[in-house]
Amino acid sequence: MPDQVLYAIEVTLNGLMTGVMYSLVALGFVLIFKASGVFNYAQGVLALFAALTLVGLQNGQVPFAHVINATFGTNLSTFGWHLPALLAILLTAGIMVILAIIIERLVLKHLVSQAPIILFMATIGLAYFLEGLGDVMWGADIKKLDVGLPQGISDTIERVTDGWFGYGFFIDNLDIVATVVAVLLVAALTIFSQYSKQGRALRAVADDHQAALSVGISLRFIWVLVWSIAGFVALVAGIMWGTKSGVQFSLSLIALKALPVLMLGGFTSIPGAIIGGLIIGVGEKLFEFIMSSPDLAGAWFGFTIGATENWFAYVLALLFLVFRPQGLFGEKIIERV
Amino acid sequence: MELRNITLRFGGVVAIKDISFDIRDGEIRAIIGPNGAGKSSMLNVISGFYIPTEGEVYFKKIKRGPMKPYEVARLGIARTFQNIALFDGMSVLDNIMTGRLTMMKSGLLSQAFWYGAAAREEFAHREKVERIIDFLEIQNIRKTPVGRLPYGLKKRVELARALAAEPKLLLLDEPMAGMNVEEKEDMSRFILDLNDEFSTTICLIEHDMGVVMDLSDRVVVMDYGRKIGDGTPDEVRNNQDVIDAYLGVAHD
Ligand SMILES: Nc1ncnc2c1ncn2[C@@H]1O[C@H](COP(=O)(O)OP(=O)(O)O)[C@@H](O)[C@H]1O
Ligand SMILES: [Mg+2]
Repeated sequence: MPDQVLYAIEVTLNGLMTGVMYSLVALGFVLIFKASGVFNYAQGVLALFAALTLVGLQNGQVPFAHVINATFGTNLSTFGWHLPALLAILLTAGIMVILAIIIERLVLKHLVSQAPIILFMATIGLAYFLEGLGDVMWGADIKKLDVGLPQGISDTIERVTDGWFGYGFFIDNLDIVATVVAVLLVAALTIFSQYSKQGRALRAVADDHQAALSVGISLRFIWVLVWSIAGFVALVAGIMWGTKSGVQFSLSLIALKALPVLMLGGFTSIPGAIIGGLIIGVGEKLFEFIMSSPDLAGAWFGFTIGATENWFAYVLALLFLVFRPQGLFGEKIIERV
Repeated sequence: MELRNITLRFGGVVAIKDISFDIRDGEIRAIIGPNGAGKSSMLNVISGFYIPTEGEVYFKKIKRGPMKPYEVARLGIARTFQNIALFDGMSVLDNIMTGRLTMMKSGLLSQAFWYGAAAREEFAHREKVERIIDFLEIQNIRKTPVGRLPYGLKKRVELARALAAEPKLLLLDEPMAGMNVEEKEDMSRFILDLNDEFSTTICLIEHDMGVVMDLSDRVVVMDYGRKIGDGTPDEVRNNQDVIDAYLGVAHD
């Protein structure tokens, strides 16, 4: 096979893996949007908050240490323990559930039957609040997250592909793990929503609030449930991104990449979120590869451009907005007159 | 079920003005009246969708505090809506299954760990639902997504979902509106059979006077938020206020 094709395959595979990350964040958006019609701007920050909490718990960091030290003149920093990864993850999941309950009590409950834009604004407020809270609780420095996931280039894949094509693909172990975890997560969510009592109730609420009420479903319970699930999905996304590039506040910016993913996949479709994420992941990597290569773009167009990854997703989303506003899988929006 | 001195206001609009009436166990109680009389509002008060501004609601002789619709549903009061509220994305079967949600016991964890028990429970619920499907003669559309059904069948599926909850009190808001004669006859037959065979207590709103007179044991007549008549179909038919309201004659 010609080298360019092999490179392109490798780029595609890496794009798929990046896409999985986008899909994970987009999935959190879709879950909340379907169940409550709320566009949750805070989904990315939720992932950040989860990752910060996880690192903090794992390393025995004292929450609010800065504040406590400044107020009482103490010099606290850690509890001096190191929690096993699994325990820290479970505790963080528990904290995400508590967070969901607090959000419902303090915010959503008071905004029932408000216009979607008001709820959207509330989630913007929530995003900034959580970002600030994360900062004050755990500090703003970049933290290393290690829950024992394999990292680095996979030797096996490099060796095997080298044997086949005479060219070893560079695939990160972490990306492979992320893909497997994402698949398991989606499978679990699907089984949950199709076969469990709570999952049925969730689908009912997503479909029609009034009808759901009439069969005895508590909307408040469902809201806590979806925000908990979204918090859990955020935790998974936070672990993956945090392991990959450290837990830092730019993590909340991945939510911005989820936006074009949603425009592609539609705001109400779980398969859409997955496939949209993959398309954007592969698309931006391949486009970058082609446009920055002197042998491809250079030879075809006579010029090359770099750093296309920054804007490719948004331009693609814009094209979709113009030609297929409901996304690939979203329901067609028909205005009733 | 008893309602005492119910008043319901929306800002300046008085939808219900100081109305009292009761629904006896096992009867078919109709609420009739011109458009905008406040009939649906009354049903919404009973089912917890509206909280009355004044007045008291008694269910099984116990005074009910302000309740959320889902709490009322769990008491055993099921309802249908004037403008049909179904889960359009689900099949007929799934829609009807949601009617049994409040009766499902297995929670998240037990479902994960005791698969056998959960499967058995699911099976028992399915059996009940299949019986309702047979009763309402909708076997052939069991798997159809509800969004695709014609209006008359949607109304029937909505009734099926309400029945799946095995309600002690069934509230039907214009169950026959927009139906053709044949569909109306079917629906009337279902309502009568329900009442006869399962002695379900039913409170229904209906426009068609003929249907109301045939079906109901007792009738409440509303007009402009007030109660202007209450009694057996015969009594109501001969009530001068009711005749005037329906013929639009002014009092002299
Ligand atoms: N949610 C609401 N908000 C404001 N006004 C309402 C609401 N529901 C009903 N109304 C008013 O209450 C009155 C009675 O309506 P309704 O109960 O639907 O009458 P009916 O079912 O007898 O036709 C109408 O004037 C209607 O506009
Ligand atoms: Mg009405």
